Amino acid sequence: MELRPILSTLLRHKTAAALIVLEIAFSCAIVCNALFLINNRLERMHRPSGLDESHLVFLRINGISHDAEGNAVTRADLNALRAIPGVRAVTTINQATFANSMWMSSIKLRPDQEDSTMATTNYMVGEGGLDALGLKLVEGRDFKPDEYRNADDNNYPSVILTRALAAHLFPGASALGKSIYVFGDQPHHVVGIIEHLAKPRDAGPGAEYDMSMLFPVRFSYMDGGIYAINVADPARRDAVLDQAKQVLSHIGPTRIVSVNTSRTLEDLRTRYYRNDRAMAWLLVAVSAALLVVTALGIIGLASFWVAQRTRQIGVRRALGATRAQILRYFQTENFILATVGIVLGMGLAYAINQLLMSKYELPRLPLMYLPVGAVLLWALGQVAVFWPARRAAAVPPAIATRSA
Amino acid sequence: MLAYYLNLALRSFRRNKALTALMVLTIALGIGASMTTLTVFHVLSSDPIPGKSERLFYVQMNALPDSQYDPGDRDELLQMTRLDAESLLKQGHGKRQAMMSAGSVVILPTAAGQSAFRVESRYTTADFFPMFDVPLKHGHAWSARDDADHARVAVISSKLNQQLFGGADGTGRTIQVSGQSLQVIGVLNTWAVNPRFYDLTNDEFGNSEEIFVPFSTAMDLAFPLSGSMWCWGDTPEGKTALSAPCAWLQYWTELGAGSDAADYRRYLDNYIARQHDAGRFKHPGDLKLLNVMQWLDRNHVVPSDVRLQLWLALGFLVICLLNTIGLLLAKFLRRSSEIGVRRALGASRRTVFAQYLVEAGIVGLTGGSLGLGLALLGLAIVRKQPADYAPMAHMDLTMLLATFGLALLSSLLAGALPAWQAMHVTPAIQLKSQ
Repeated sequence: MELRPILSTLLRHKTAAALIVLEIAFSCAIVCNALFLINNRLERMHRPSGLDESHLVFLRINGISHDAEGNAVTRADLNALRAIPGVRAVTTINQATFANSMWMSSIKLRPDQEDSTMATTNYMVGEGGLDALGLKLVEGRDFKPDEYRNADDNNYPSVILTRALAAHLFPGASALGKSIYVFGDQPHHVVGIIEHLAKPRDAGPGAEYDMSMLFPVRFSYMDGGIYAINVADPARRDAVLDQAKQVLSHIGPTRIVSVNTSRTLEDLRTRYYRNDRAMAWLLVAVSAALLVVTALGIIGLASFWVAQRTRQIGVRRALGATRAQILRYFQTENFILATVGIVLGMGLAYAINQLLMSKYELPRLPLMYLPVGAVLLWALGQVAVFWPARRAAAVPPAIATRSA
Repeated sequence: MLAYYLNLALRSFRRNKALTALMVLTIALGIGASMTTLTVFHVLSSDPIPGKSERLFYVQMNALPDSQYDPGDRDELLQMTRLDAESLLKQGHGKRQAMMSAGSVVILPTAAGQSAFRVESRYTTADFFPMFDVPLKHGHAWSARDDADHARVAVISSKLNQQLFGGADGTGRTIQVSGQSLQVIGVLNTWAVNPRFYDLTNDEFGNSEEIFVPFSTAMDLAFPLSGSMWCWGDTPEGKTALSAPCAWLQYWTELGAGSDAADYRRYLDNYIARQHDAGRFKHPGDLKLLNVMQWLDRNHVVPSDVRLQLWLALGFLVICLLNTIGLLLAKFLRRSSEIGVRRALGASRRTVFAQYLVEAGIVGLTGGSLGLGLALLGLAIVRKQPADYAPMAHMDLTMLLATFGLALLSSLLAGALPAWQAMHVTPAIQLKSQ
C-alpha cells in the first residue's frame, strides 16, 4: 500500500486530522490511567484479611451505665453464645476488622527508647481467639492459658505478630523469642507469627495494612469488647446472629446491641469497600463513554471525508482500484492518525500519572498499561472507520464521469 | 439579524439531523458529567457558616514534651490538651471561646414500651451556642455559670425531643443519660452544618449531635468519648484529667469584627512562651490559628475521590469538545459552497463568523439543557451512593446557571475554530467549482 497519497491528503486537511489525533491522544491517556486506577481499587479490595471471613459474625453490646461485674457478665455471655446450635467457637476481641474504629499503640524495641519505632494496631483476643478467628499460625505457638489477662492489667507477657510486622520490626531475623514494649516497661515476648491479619481500617502507608499485633487479653463488654462468633454453616450466619442477640437480652443487666458493629464480617467488608467499588464502576462507565464518544467522532469526521472525496474515489475506481483497495485506504489512514494519537497519548498518560502520583500518592503507571491502551485505541479506530470506509468503497466508478 | 441567523441555523440542523443530534448528545454527555461532579464538589467545599467563617478560628498547638517532639510529626497533634484548653478558656482573650469533645451516650426512654438507645453527644462550654449561631426552638442554652457549677443540664435536638416527648416542649423535664439524670433546658431547632467543621475527628458530614452537655458535667459523670485522643505518657488520674498528657479537645475562638487575628496570635505566642517558662516544653509549639475555611482545607474535607472524579469529568468534557469541534468543522465546511455564495453576495467575514457561532451556540444550549437533565440524573445516582455526603448532593441556582454558562462557553469555544475556517472560505474558488 502506497502511504504517500494518504499522507499528502491528510496534510491538506490538517485541522480535521489534528482533531482526530488529539481526541485519540486524550482518550488513550485517560483510559490508560482509568484502567490503572480500576486495577488499583480491585487490588485494594482483594487484599487478604487473614480472617475466616465466610464464617465469622461480630456482635457488640453496650452497657447503659457502668457495670462493675463486666468480666463475670462477659463470661456468662460467652457460655450462652457457645451453647447456640451451629456455633463452632466464640471469643472476645477489642475491635472488629472493617468496622469504624481502630486501636493504635506505639511499639518500642527497648524499654528506655525515647521515640517509638512505629505505631500500629493491637488486637486483644480472648481464649481460643486464634482458632475462632481462623488465623493461621506460621511460626511459634498460640497463647498459653496462663498468659491471658484482664483488660485493666497492662502487664501482658506475650504477643503474636503478623509476618509483615515481624519482618518490619526485626528485618532479616526471626522475631520469635524477641521482645517488644507497648504497654509500659514490661516486655511482651513474641511467641508466634501469623500469616495475615489486616488492620481494622487503612491508616498510614498501604504497606502497613497487614501489620497487626495480638495480645492475650480478655475484654469485657464494659471495656468495649466485641464477641466474635464462628458459625459452622455460612448460610446460617444471620440466623445465629439474631439468636445471639435474643440470648444475650435474657442475661445480664440491660444492654443495647450496637447496630453498626453487629454484622457478618463479609457484610462489614462489603460496607468498608463500597466507596472503592463505586469508584471502580464509575471509572469503567467513564472509560466506556469516552471510547464511545471517540468512536462517534471518528465516524463523523470520516463520513465527512468520504462525502468530500466522493469524486476522487470515483476516479480511482474508474482507473481500476478495487473496492478492497478503497476500503484499505481509509483503514490505513485511520491507522496512521491513531498511531500519532497513541504516541502523543502515551506521553500525556505519563504526565497525568505524574500529577496523580503527586496529588493522590498513587504508584507509577506500570508500562504494561500503555500497550493495552494502544491496542484498544487502534481497534476502536479500525472498527469506527469501517462503516464510512465501506460506504466509500461502494462509490460507483461511474461517478467520475458525472459533473459534481 | 439574530433571527435570520437562527433561521439559517435551524435549516442547517434539519438538513443534517444525524450529525446535529450527535453533537448535541456529545455536549450533553460532557456537560452532564462535569456538572454532576462540579455540583458535588461545590456542595462539599461550600462555607458551612457563611458570614462568620472569617471570624471563627480553630486553635492548635503542640504540647508534647521536648523528648517526644518531632517537627515532622506535628500533623498528628490537631487537638489541644485539657490543661491548655482550660487555661485559654479561663483567660477568655477572644470575643467568645469554647472547648469541646464528642461522645456517645445511652438514653433511657421516658415512656413505657420504648427501649434504650444510643445517641451522639457533644460536651462543650456555654459560648458554643452563640458562637456557632445554634438555633433554639424551646428554652435556652446554658450559661458560663452553669459550666462553673457543673450543672446537671442538657440541650437536646428537636429529633431527640420528638423521640422522647413526642414533639411537646421537653424543657424542664428530666432525662436519663448513661445512668445519670439531666434536666433538659433547651431544644434545638433544625441545625445541620455540613461539613461538621467544629470537630473533624468524627464523621465530617451528617447530622449534628442529639444531646449537648456542659463539659464540666460530662467529665464529672465520666460520659464516654468518641473521636481521636493522642496520649504520650502514662496517666494515673485517667486520660481526661486536667493534667493528663493527652491531646483530645477542640478549641474554637470567635474574634470580634474589628479585632485582629494577628493580635490574638501574639497573645497565643505569649501563652506558649509562658509554657516554656513553666518548663512544659522548649520547642516552638507549632501554633496554628486557622479560620473555618482554612481549617477545612487543611483537613482535606473534600474527599480525594471527589476531586479525582472532578478531574475525570473535566477530561471527559475536553474530549467531548474536541469531538464537537471536529463535527462542527465537518458540518460547516460541507457548506463551503453556500458560504461562497453568501460571501459573493456581499456578506462580510464577520457576518459569516457570527452566523456560525450562533449555530454552535444553539447546539451548545440544546446540549446544555439535555446535559442538565443528565446532571440531575447523575446527582440522583450520587445520592444513592453509600458515602455520608451523598444526601447533600443537590443542585442549587448557582450550579443551574453554571450549567448553561458552561454549555454556552464550551460550545462557543468549540465553534470558534470551525467558524474561523468557514469565514476564510474563498468565494471565488467555491463559485467556480459550482
